[in-house]
Amino acid sequence: MNLQAEIPLDYMIVLSTIVFFVGLMGVLIRRNLITMLMGIELMLNAVNINFVAFNHYLFPNRLEGHFFALIVMAIAAAEAAIAIALIINIYRQFNTVSVDDVDELKF
Amino acid sequence: MNYSYTLLILLLPILIFLFIGLMGDKMKPQLSGLLGTSGLLVLTLLSYFTAFNYFGHRVGESFKAIEAFQLLWLQFTDSLIIHIGILLDPLSVMMLVVITTVSLMVHIYSLGYMKGEKGFTRYYAFLSLFTFSMLGLVLATNIFQMYIFWELVGVSSYLLIGFYYERPSAVAAAKKAFIVTRFADLGFLLGILILSFYTNTFDFIKLTDLNGLAITQPTTAVFMGLSVTTWAMLLIFMGGAGKSAMFPLHIWLPDAMEGPTPVSALIHAATMVVAGVYLVARLFPLYSYTSPDSLEVIAYIGSFTSLFAAVIACTQLDIKRVLAFSTLSQIGYMMVALGVSGYGNEGLGYMASLFHLFTHAFFKALLFLGAGSVIHAVHSNLMTEMGGLKKYMPITHITFLIACLTIAGIPPLSGFFSKDEILVAAFEHNKIIFAVQWLVAGITAFYMFRLYFNIFWNHTPEYHHAPHESPATMTIPLIFLAAASIFSGFVPFHDLITSDGNPLHTEFHWMIAGPSILIAVVGISVAYVLYAKKNSKPESIATNLKGLYTMAFHKFYIDEVYLFITHKVIFNFISRPVAWFDRHIVDGTMNLIGNSTVYFSGAIKKMQSGQMQWYIWYFTSGVLLLVFLVMYLN
Repeated sequence: MNLQAEIPLDYMIVLSTIVFFVGLMGVLIRRNLITMLMGIELMLNAVNINFVAFNHYLFPNRLEGHFFALIVMAIAAAEAAIAIALIINIYRQFNTVSVDDVDELKF
Repeated sequence: MNYSYTLLILLLPILIFLFIGLMGDKMKPQLSGLLGTSGLLVLTLLSYFTAFNYFGHRVGESFKAIEAFQLLWLQFTDSLIIHIGILLDPLSVMMLVVITTVSLMVHIYSLGYMKGEKGFTRYYAFLSLFTFSMLGLVLATNIFQMYIFWELVGVSSYLLIGFYYERPSAVAAAKKAFIVTRFADLGFLLGILILSFYTNTFDFIKLTDLNGLAITQPTTAVFMGLSVTTWAMLLIFMGGAGKSAMFPLHIWLPDAMEGPTPVSALIHAATMVVAGVYLVARLFPLYSYTSPDSLEVIAYIGSFTSLFAAVIACTQLDIKRVLAFSTLSQIGYMMVALGVSGYGNEGLGYMASLFHLFTHAFFKALLFLGAGSVIHAVHSNLMTEMGGLKKYMPITHITFLIACLTIAGIPPLSGFFSKDEILVAAFEHNKIIFAVQWLVAGITAFYMFRLYFNIFWNHTPEYHHAPHESPATMTIPLIFLAAASIFSGFVPFHDLITSDGNPLHTEFHWMIAGPSILIAVVGISVAYVLYAKKNSKPESIATNLKGLYTMAFHKFYIDEVYLFITHKVIFNFISRPVAWFDRHIVDGTMNLIGNSTVYFSGAIKKMQSGQMQWYIWYFTSGVLLLVFLVMYLN
């Protein structure tokens, strides 16, 4: 199967850009912390798509892009664990997971 | 001889001060007084013992300076070293005896005089502090240590003048004394710095060593037409003039009489005010060899002060002020004697000056304590409210009379001998100064007997309750000091305390003594005619010499001149512009920076909302902006 013939690199980049900005908007616009976490995961996955795509199209004989994608997944898993722990604690503290109500550090 | 026990002389009073000062509230006032007095008795015996040992063991013909104790205190560089120590030489041992004797008398006297006063404990604590500082001053081995103790006596003088701190006049007097002497000490400090810069030492023994570098190789630098050494010596004398209240820095001393009378006797008559004389005497070889010009200046200032103060003393009505001006006048004598003196075999003036310091300490302390006794009895300072006290207060009367005769210079009392030596020294050096001092001797006799007749003779006013003799704690010091005033003239000073430590050969000159006795008798007789009985002659004289009398009564308006210079000239032309500059330019710049920071942060502080998503928004926009910049600027 020749992916190069079927899907050009530009498509991949457009896809990852869309996924990245969807994630970013999720982080920026949604007030629910869990949804924001999901946005962050989307942004990380957009990066993963870029890693794998560039590795495949530019240096098909090397594997660094794949390794990085795997490391990012591992880190994303750890980060999700920590973030959910934080969110649970925030919930216990404030009885809410809305960022609007968690603004104790403001001026 | 081992003199290490002299360290106790310094330690004892400071320990008493700390003990009374810290524990005083917990004991009865009388106990703290007794503690201070008994401590001082030990101290006095110790210093007599030291004097006995020191003067009993001369090396060959002469006395050598001994460093009884020496401690390295600060070492900045190889040459800039400051020691703390105890120096024993004829001068310091003599001062030791004077200070402890007068201080002991004042301590005993105060037990009676200050009895029942609020702050009795505080009073004794401060007396001990003063004694400590003054002893440290005279025992200092180097000029820097002396400067430290010099300031300490200034502080204790300030504290004791302001003892009655509820009285505004006492507070003002204390501040005035401190500020005036502090101003003079600025000169002293500058002098010390200049001197030690060129001689590389603070040490008195090295500074006054005749073969030392300070004297054999004085600096040749010249500043404004005078050699730098002369400048240094004059600046150091400025410090001495401030403490010793020489014209024109004398204005604080009459006001200092606001303090309790025994304090005036101790600090402002016998010990602290002669610190200036002591300072010049201490550095005398330097003055004599490296800058005789400054000695000339000292002689003229001393002479002028003695005449000036004597004239004012004739017109004052407050008995303590009369005594204060008399003190000025007598210190003027001492300065004159130092100023006309030479070194070694020509050191008659030096010896006479210290002799007069010695005798003056006793008779002037006696006069003040006697005046205190009178004030204690009639509850007033004004001689117009006194009179006829001789039948009420016999002991005070006799001792006061002795003191007056002593200061007037009637033989064989001590004042006659010391004043006579000064007149001889002045006669050999400068005939004009001699004439002035001879005249001042007459005026002194006059105003002292004016005081005496007004208090003890004259007509008796209506007293609210009959005055009575003071208690024994007050009369015993009077009797002791009267004895000291009579006999201290027979101390062989020319044998003991001279400029180079060798005995000095002196002769008695009838040519000088005769006229000086004569003018003293004339002064006393004039005072007798005018004041022994109530009559109208003093008023008519005052009316005839109205201009002079008014001038002298107002102390020649020196205070007003100072007020004019400080309030009108310095405040308006220097202080106010400086204050304006400080408030508007210096502070204004700082306020501008501060205010604009506050304003700017007020404008941007709303960005710190605590809403995390806004932060992410700022961050993302920033990153995007950078990305676009990089993309389009390249």
